[in-house]
Amino acid sequence: MFDQVYGIGENAPRVDGYSKVTGQANFAGDIKLANMLEVRILRSPYAHARIKSIDTARAELVPGVVAILTGADLADIDPYYGHAIKDRPIVAMDIARFAGDPVAVVAAETVQAAEDAIEQINIDYETLPAVTTIDEATAEAAIHVHDVDSLRLGKFHGLGDFRPQGNICYEHHLETGEIDALFADAAVVVSGDYLFPSVYQYSLETHTTIADWPAHNQLELWSSCQHPYLVRGELADIFGLSEGNVRIHIPYLGGGFGSKSYTRMEPIAAAIARKAGRPARVANSVNESMLTSRRHNMKCHMRTAARADGSLLAREVTIYLDTGAYADNGPRVVATAADAAPGPYRWPGYRVDAYGVYTNRPPSGSYRAFGATHLQWIGESQIDEIGRKVGLDGLQMREKNLLKHGQDVRKGGKPLDADLIGDIKLVAQGLEWDQPTTPNVGRGMGVGLLAAGSRPVSTAIVRMEADGSVTVLVSTTELGQGARTVMSQLVSQELSVPLSQIRVPDGDTQITPYDRSTGASRSTTLAGRAVNLAALEIRETLLGIAAEMWHVNPSTITLKNGQAWHGEQSAPYADLIFHHFGFAGGELIGHGIVRPELGKGTYEAGPVFWEVCIGGVEIALDWDTGRLDILKIVSVADAGTAVNPALIKGQEMGGAAQGLGNAIFEEMIFSDGQLLNGTMADYRVPTTNDIADKFVSFIVQNEDGPGPYGLKGVGEGILAAMPAAIVNALASLGVVIDELPLTPERVWRAAQRARRST
Amino acid sequence: MNKISIVVTVNGREVKAEIEPREILLDFLRNHLNLTGTKRSCDIQICGACTVLLDDQPVSACNTLAYESNGRHILTIEGLAQNGELHPIQNAFIEHNGLQCGFCTPGMVLATKAMLEDMHNPDESEIRNYLRGNLCRCTGYHPIIAAVKDAAQRLHNGDERADV
Repeated sequence: MFDQVYGIGENAPRVDGYSKVTGQANFAGDIKLANMLEVRILRSPYAHARIKSIDTARAELVPGVVAILTGADLADIDPYYGHAIKDRPIVAMDIARFAGDPVAVVAAETVQAAEDAIEQINIDYETLPAVTTIDEATAEAAIHVHDVDSLRLGKFHGLGDFRPQGNICYEHHLETGEIDALFADAAVVVSGDYLFPSVYQYSLETHTTIADWPAHNQLELWSSCQHPYLVRGELADIFGLSEGNVRIHIPYLGGGFGSKSYTRMEPIAAAIARKAGRPARVANSVNESMLTSRRHNMKCHMRTAARADGSLLAREVTIYLDTGAYADNGPRVVATAADAAPGPYRWPGYRVDAYGVYTNRPPSGSYRAFGATHLQWIGESQIDEIGRKVGLDGLQMREKNLLKHGQDVRKGGKPLDADLIGDIKLVAQGLEWDQPTTPNVGRGMGVGLLAAGSRPVSTAIVRMEADGSVTVLVSTTELGQGARTVMSQLVSQELSVPLSQIRVPDGDTQITPYDRSTGASRSTTLAGRAVNLAALEIRETLLGIAAEMWHVNPSTITLKNGQAWHGEQSAPYADLIFHHFGFAGGELIGHGIVRPELGKGTYEAGPVFWEVCIGGVEIALDWDTGRLDILKIVSVADAGTAVNPALIKGQEMGGAAQGLGNAIFEEMIFSDGQLLNGTMADYRVPTTNDIADKFVSFIVQNEDGPGPYGLKGVGEGILAAMPAAIVNALASLGVVIDELPLTPERVWRAAQRARRST
Repeated sequence: MNKISIVVTVNGREVKAEIEPREILLDFLRNHLNLTGTKRSCDIQICGACTVLLDDQPVSACNTLAYESNGRHILTIEGLAQNGELHPIQNAFIEHNGLQCGFCTPGMVLATKAMLEDMHNPDESEIRNYLRGNLCRCTGYHPIIAAVKDAAQRLHNGDERADV
């Protein structure tokens, strides 16, 4: 299975499959360093409190305790970090800003000893008034979560110059056209207020980090980390180190979905290891990971105007996203949500006002298809609502109004690089849209765009060893999406080397070259392009060596299955490399560098590509209980080119399952800032019994992406499409929803309203 | 804390150990025996990532005391492949992309083994019911279900045909 060459479009088996089915694949929690300590964290029980004193005397006496860290230990470093806004101390300095904010850290010989010591730490808190909801935080006389005048911007915010104001950590505004006049003249206006819940990413592997200081100016980590180079930059700033002296190893990640984006437990692990003088491991419980990163809850007002024939005129949107106590990736989520708000339609005018709000809740960050997931279900439900008023169905409304390839999505940004009308027709085909249904079966569709790709900076090195086998050095993180398989396949294609002869080792910031991040569906597009370029450089070198060896023109030589060929003549790569170096050693090196064309790559000029968020569902509603069953999901992966269709289909199925969880039952419930359902018994994610009966998957390959072979990223869009499609399927039955998740009670109440009104 | 002695057969090999009475099987396997293929996630017997077979029955190692394994047989994921040959279930998971991040995979594979010993040809709903205690956040389960169906064919239909 692995002993063959896999080209573009072939379903290469996962290169990590063997090690994962045998339990040999190493995750951060599986690694043990000699002399390594285990760490537990004491967290604030209050949503907002001043720390008057911390007494660790009794805790220090617990057998096995080696070091205890509090805010008082951070005086000799810059303890504040945050890639967007440096608003977060490693542990609370004097104020705890959410229930769960780290206040003290214990490193001990065993987890049990560390836990025992945590119980012996005495903290005298003075509780403070808290703002634990968006409404409280945006009220006139609200207390402020931060003294924003003292905050510095982070190194990687990428969002221009901005300043937090009061509890508004970031705002983003879009406006085009004369929208007041457009609304005034519209034949149809629909309007609503909507609520979106806070959601937990739940990667089964929790945030896990090991830190070690091999020398006073050298920091080394093993971490479950999606963006090692960005974390490296933040750690270097915190501890005053050169970036090259911070080395981060990235083993396999047990899922990420955005929760392991940016800096997580690394500063705490590094600080306690520094104090203890020994390596230390932080391994979160699920409850702690819920308090580390979550999806923003949101409130939104939207209204949409159209002509009597269903042509869209204008949209006005106001968005408040709860970023919690620390900005984390909130500013980018706000900007992406604003981008997603108009939806992929031709608008004479729209206005979007989006705000990120500080509250005394756990911080919110990235989660697969952020922004788009928040807004698409709202915008798409208003498209269908207009359709019902003017007598057009969902497909007709979209065919009439969707943007076409090459049209501007956002003034000055990248024009649309997809065929959305073609895509939506596939959704209709998969749903059998023109076939009748019964009164309890509804169908719905949703389409949107996600500003994807992040900063287009990726590099890669491909090494062909003297035996003709290949090592690919690339820092994209394998978190399950299949990155190492796809990178192997891109090399297999260009160099015609069997999969079994290609290795993609763990990421390591001292060895594998710079990659901006693993997120925004960018790996295959951008890191993949870097790998592709590096492989092509080796290809040229191989052709050159063979041409010189055989005294022929390089253009007459082909590469096939590990050998160069000229007519009947052939030579294994190992022979070419032997010829090149004159002995059985040496290696060929190719490098690939991807950087923004014309030096751009700012957020304003982006995105790298528009990820298409499209799908449809058929659902069955039990009118008496409000229970929903998902009968069928239709996904369309608009991939440009499919390197590995089976992996794409896997992404679509996984993203769809998360999307239906997000739509139907997932919600982190807070009361006065306290998380009430902080275990996997209380926070329910989809099981085998919740997924769709049927899954129909299309892959569209129009070669319209910026990656090699015209490919572009996929895998997030289906998540954003699912709530939209489900809400529209319900609305097709007359059951109109303005709040997620679609719990049986909420659906039942809406169903009762629908029955009364008919 | 006073330690107690246990004798356990782990992946066919007898192990004698001194353990604390409170030690859970998951920590015993991972820390004492360095068998890190068994994964920790939810800690409360919801997710199934720590599933191992205790006398052929699936248990959550996070909610089983190590002492409960005294005198019994444990199979962990490390013991499934024989002499470098993958078990048919493992091959089916690879071929159907029944895994992505791989964190749920050891538990999922062992739960599947127990299921296919109980039921030689489970249908779709039997598979879904059996595996509802094993969470996977990556695959959406469809490829796992396909892998289980295929593994059942490989393990049992082949045998039946051979018997004929």
